[in-house]
Amino acid sequence: MTTAIEMRNIVRQFPGVLANDHISLTIEEGEIHGLLGENGAGKTTLMNILSGLAVPDAGEILLNGIPVHFGSCLDAIEYGIGMVHQHFMLVPVFTVTENIALGNEPKKGIRLNTALARARVTELSARYGLKVDPDALIRDIPVGMQQRVEILKALSRGARIMILDEPTAVLTPQEVEELYAIMRSLREAGQTIIFITHKLQEIMEITDRVTVLRDGRVVDTVGTSDIDEAGLARMMVGRDVVLRVEKEQHEAGEVKLRVKHVSASDSRGLPALKDVSLEVRAGEIVGIAGVAGNGQNELVEVITGLRSQESGEIFLDSLNISEMTPRERMYAGLGHIPQDRQRRGLVMDFSLIDNFLMGFEDSPPFAKGPMLDYAAAEQFSRESIQMFDVRTPSPHVLGRTLSGGNQQKVIVAREFQRDPAVLIAAQPTRGLDVSAIEFVHKKLIELRAQDKAILLISMELTEILDLSDRILVIYEGEIVGSFEAGQATPEMLGLLMAGSQVNQTGEQEIASPHQNGEEGGADHG
Amino acid sequence: MAKNKQPLEERKLSLLSLVSPTQFILGIILAFIAGALFLWAFQEDAIGAYAALLKGAFSSNRYIGETLLSTTPLIFGGLAVALGFRCGLFNMGVEGQIVFGGMMAAYIGYAWDLPKVIHLPLALLGGALVGGLWGAIPGYLKAYHKIHEVITTIMLNYIAFAIADYMIAVGGPMKADSELPVSPDILASARLERIWPGTRLSAGIFIALLMAVLVWFFMFKTRLGYKMRAVGFNADAAEYAGINPQKMTVLAMVLSGALGGMAGAVEVLGVHYKFYAAFSPGYGWDAIAVALLGLLHPVGVVASAFLFGVLRSGSITMQAIAGISKEVVSILTALIIFFSATNKTLQPLLERAIKNLGRGDSP
Repeated sequence: MTTAIEMRNIVRQFPGVLANDHISLTIEEGEIHGLLGENGAGKTTLMNILSGLAVPDAGEILLNGIPVHFGSCLDAIEYGIGMVHQHFMLVPVFTVTENIALGNEPKKGIRLNTALARARVTELSARYGLKVDPDALIRDIPVGMQQRVEILKALSRGARIMILDEPTAVLTPQEVEELYAIMRSLREAGQTIIFITHKLQEIMEITDRVTVLRDGRVVDTVGTSDIDEAGLARMMVGRDVVLRVEKEQHEAGEVKLRVKHVSASDSRGLPALKDVSLEVRAGEIVGIAGVAGNGQNELVEVITGLRSQESGEIFLDSLNISEMTPRERMYAGLGHIPQDRQRRGLVMDFSLIDNFLMGFEDSPPFAKGPMLDYAAAEQFSRESIQMFDVRTPSPHVLGRTLSGGNQQKVIVAREFQRDPAVLIAAQPTRGLDVSAIEFVHKKLIELRAQDKAILLISMELTEILDLSDRILVIYEGEIVGSFEAGQATPEMLGLLMAGSQVNQTGEQEIASPHQNGEEGGADHG
Repeated sequence: MAKNKQPLEERKLSLLSLVSPTQFILGIILAFIAGALFLWAFQEDAIGAYAALLKGAFSSNRYIGETLLSTTPLIFGGLAVALGFRCGLFNMGVEGQIVFGGMMAAYIGYAWDLPKVIHLPLALLGGALVGGLWGAIPGYLKAYHKIHEVITTIMLNYIAFAIADYMIAVGGPMKADSELPVSPDILASARLERIWPGTRLSAGIFIALLMAVLVWFFMFKTRLGYKMRAVGFNADAAEYAGINPQKMTVLAMVLSGALGGMAGAVEVLGVHYKFYAAFSPGYGWDAIAVALLGLLHPVGVVASAFLFGVLRSGSITMQAIAGISKEVVSILTALIIFFSATNKTLQPLLERAIKNLGRGDSP
């Protein structure tokens, strides 16, 4: 094998952090090379340097043995390096073809030569087995296909080295499988792929070799077949990590949260929840499995009071909270870890102190008459930061300066400090790294041991399976399945999540008690 | 490598505004240079014009008094706009709120006869109240009907101007018994004291400075101010935390309008002693620039209000002595805003130029 890229002693400093500390990395031609590390380990910085988005303070990059300098990502593209970002850079109202041609348009006079552009897309798509509809608008196609468009875009610019930045984060399990297939076929076609992730399982599944980063340094580069998940985790975190959640048996108590026949619409006015009923008992974690966009958002918002239901009622203990404001529900004992930490969870331009205050600003000891006691708030922030191990130079920094994992810890810390009787945890570990996930899971289990009721909404099946005592499956706004822990398998859940009706006798009860069994499958199956 | 090592703590001072203090100062300098080029292009004596400008703002007690006199309503107006911005609202209606505040203050000032300790505060509060109510309309429309406040506040300005014209037009309810379209003079008991003999400067400047302190305290030390800022930065997060963004929107517009109303009241009670249609020479519009250049912070607002006060009062002398139209000051104002807002883009170029300069000097 020949060396495609060599990065030597790359150093990149940010204010207060050494993001890349003399990183050396060799990528062989035609391999899938995993880049593994926790959030903040320096993966993205390193790849931004490789794709020309950032300039290293020291060190050099060799392409096929020749030193190169990238002043911008155009330079990197010139050398055949393409990056597919975690957040797609596509124009939603353009077609697939138009997006791929953008910036590189075949022209007919001053007009876009659509036919030629389209032919190019079809040719590339056939050559690498990337199925796309060249004429569909980006906004109409699923996320998995949008990602393929991004990959095609890079290929159409002649990329021979493809950097995929956490490509699985936005995909459903089925789409992940499709992505793996694409990566394999790209490898067969001679492409080199750098695959950034913090998920061990994905590294094991798809990569040939893996480089582990920790605190801006390379821990080691190893052949994937020479290592297992536990070994990778140890390299990544620097200590042994509990990969499976360990939870003790815990008797569930009385019903704490009761959702009764709730229906609601989404922001466009379309029905999003159809007669949903569920119960969560004290000391129990109920998991809601489902593909994103099947009503989970609306369910959380209706329960927490951020969206009003069209019909149905919600009870906290015996208290009817259906018409209460979010604040009243909070005071009644409802906690909420929101799905979107940057939109709902934090005020990015507030200091951590101000962020910790959110929801506490009207309660003692922080409220002093019409004023706020900032000394108490700072004290509270410092305690929470310590208790939840938030990595920050000070409680005075702005929320946006923290890494995603630490932002999440701030939210989790704040919600736990409310001591809620019922916690709605929506995607509590989205985008977090292994140790942060372990931490949040441990905290949720602790809460369960304290006889709190927890409703867990997650797109990660493993998370649902690991944590839940009961599992409900949501599909198109309806609860289409209900399982006790241990009864559910990923396959069964996956099928229900995808909308097919599971009919195998004796495997599980399909319908939750409040749901009309036939419709879900008949309409969409 | 160490050059980037800037403590993260410093960043807590960064605000949601467009410019930083250095950009502001750089913007002023660049604006004056560009203004000079402009004047030279028209074969005018730029140095002389600027000298006259400064002379007109500072050369005598009377001039300094005039400078501070124009600073006063700009502080109120700047605070009004800044407070709105902090809650995510663009109050373009300060001019209308000034007109209404001045009108109400004048009415209380001439129609009621009360002891000074009651009369003056009442006239001020009346102005604030009416300004606040006038501000409540766009606040309500924004919060509960999602009608953008930029549109409603601008439209309400014209309604305010029209109502003001009617009030003092022939047969209008506030028309004085005279040839001119003005209200009767307000009583001595409602007038703000002149505090500096030989100038027109009134005690209004102290009220303005007091309001700056109060607004700072309100925004950064009180629960309501906290909630308002939370809504301004991220209404979704505020709502999630149980803050009612609609209520905060209305309240912010009421307070913003009240500050605008006070600007009008202080202008009428301290300078003109009567109400007439064009008593504000556009303070409400300048207030937007004052707030933005003041980084939406009360201290910055006071500083930039003073700068605009200097420009305003100096421009009159500039016209008289140097014979240069005072509209040049409008151009300068625009240039200051332009350069402050855009030199985020210019800054890297300047830095590179300075670096190259240094390299050229060293052997």
